[in-house]
Amino acid sequence: MAMTVQLDVVSAEEKIFSGLVESVQVTGSEGELGILPFHAPLLTTLKPGMVRIVKQFGEEHVIYVAGGVLEVQPDTITVLADVAVRGEDLDEQAALDAQKRAEEAMQHAGADFNYAEAAAQLAEAIAQLRIIQKMRKK
Amino acid sequence: MAGGKEIKSKIGSINNTRKITSAMEKVAVSKMRKAQDRVAATRPYAEGMRKVIGNVANGSLEYRHPYLAEREVKRVGYIVISTDRGLCGGLNTNEFKKVALELKSWKEKGVDAQFAVIGNKATAFFKRFGGKVVAQQAGSGDVPRLADVIGSVKVMLQAFNEGRIDRLFLVYNKFVNTMKQEPVIDQLLPLPKADIAQKEHNWDYLYEPDPQPIIDMLMDRFVESQVYQGVVENSASEHAARMVAMKAATDNAGNLMDDLKLVYNKARQAAITQELSEIVAGAAAVG
Repeated sequence: MAMTVQLDVVSAEEKIFSGLVESVQVTGSEGELGILPFHAPLLTTLKPGMVRIVKQFGEEHVIYVAGGVLEVQPDTITVLADVAVRGEDLDEQAALDAQKRAEEAMQHAGADFNYAEAAAQLAEAIAQLRIIQKMRKK
Repeated sequence: MAGGKEIKSKIGSINNTRKITSAMEKVAVSKMRKAQDRVAATRPYAEGMRKVIGNVANGSLEYRHPYLAEREVKRVGYIVISTDRGLCGGLNTNEFKKVALELKSWKEKGVDAQFAVIGNKATAFFKRFGGKVVAQQAGSGDVPRLADVIGSVKVMLQAFNEGRIDRLFLVYNKFVNTMKQEPVIDQLLPLPKADIAQKEHNWDYLYEPDPQPIIDMLMDRFVESQVYQGVVENSASEHAARMVAMKAATDNAGNLMDDLKLVYNKARQAAITQELSEIVAGAAAVG
């Protein structure tokens, strides 16, 4: 049997996932991270992106997180997300709209335009769309 | 008929009061359910945060955050969370009593205190009680948002960073169950070490990218999430306490009405008896 590690994914609003997993893939601030059981202690911030979980017995799950913190201990992994949505609950239309809005805002930039905020929104929308596409392919 | 009319109008007014308290009870019941769900929903995050911070406090990290260092206590800070509205039994009073007791023991040691208050009732209390209030926040309504508490938290964190306070406490009513709410005082800063036995070997995290920004962010998030959790718990406690208080008031009004009805009927009966005996006596005198 494959080795497993306890994973908790929580957002400020709810507990998204808690259970034993074989591996986790997340988008860290410096790039993609794949974490297996008995990983060395690690602390990093997260970028908008997906958390791909391979549960015990090989079942796969995808969760969208919009930033947060990842803590890894040899026996537990904790994802403290700012916002987290289960892959199957993502709304494609809403993500497309958000992308369009952010792109338009960046093109027609006014005087009081906050570039960083719009860029963050765009990154979130694109990350959501990528997850939706990936799930559809399966 | 002695006082019959007065008693009747008194019964009417009590009946009206009972209608109001019973309506308030029903409102509190439904609000409490929602608040309870919110407590259940936010607990995992606060607990996850506590777990991570516990690990951080236990490791031997290359960067020691000031929030982890114990200092000599000369001044203390309190974040006091209360309700905005009254009519919720002894909820706020019990909480303030507990704070006052702690303050007394600090005062004996020659320690000053500062307060950041959340909620109208705490503002009113500290106005009467005295004490240096450095931040105020009220009117967060039934659905508390994280943005509501950030202001007060920031003021206190800044005071801690600049050495104006050496310890920070959080005071709120913990929601145990519908019948029981407990005022608690939690130490936020410096972080109390986790009770778990220290791990034998020294270890440190791998950081991506650098330790300092991550741990700084984590510490601020931790304090914010604990205070937010306190606000959510306090709101659930408020509605539960109001529900119980209003139920008691409704029951009492019912009892009072029963008693008054008895008095009223007795008075009515006495009046009829007297009238009859007067008529009979009158008839006997004529006949």
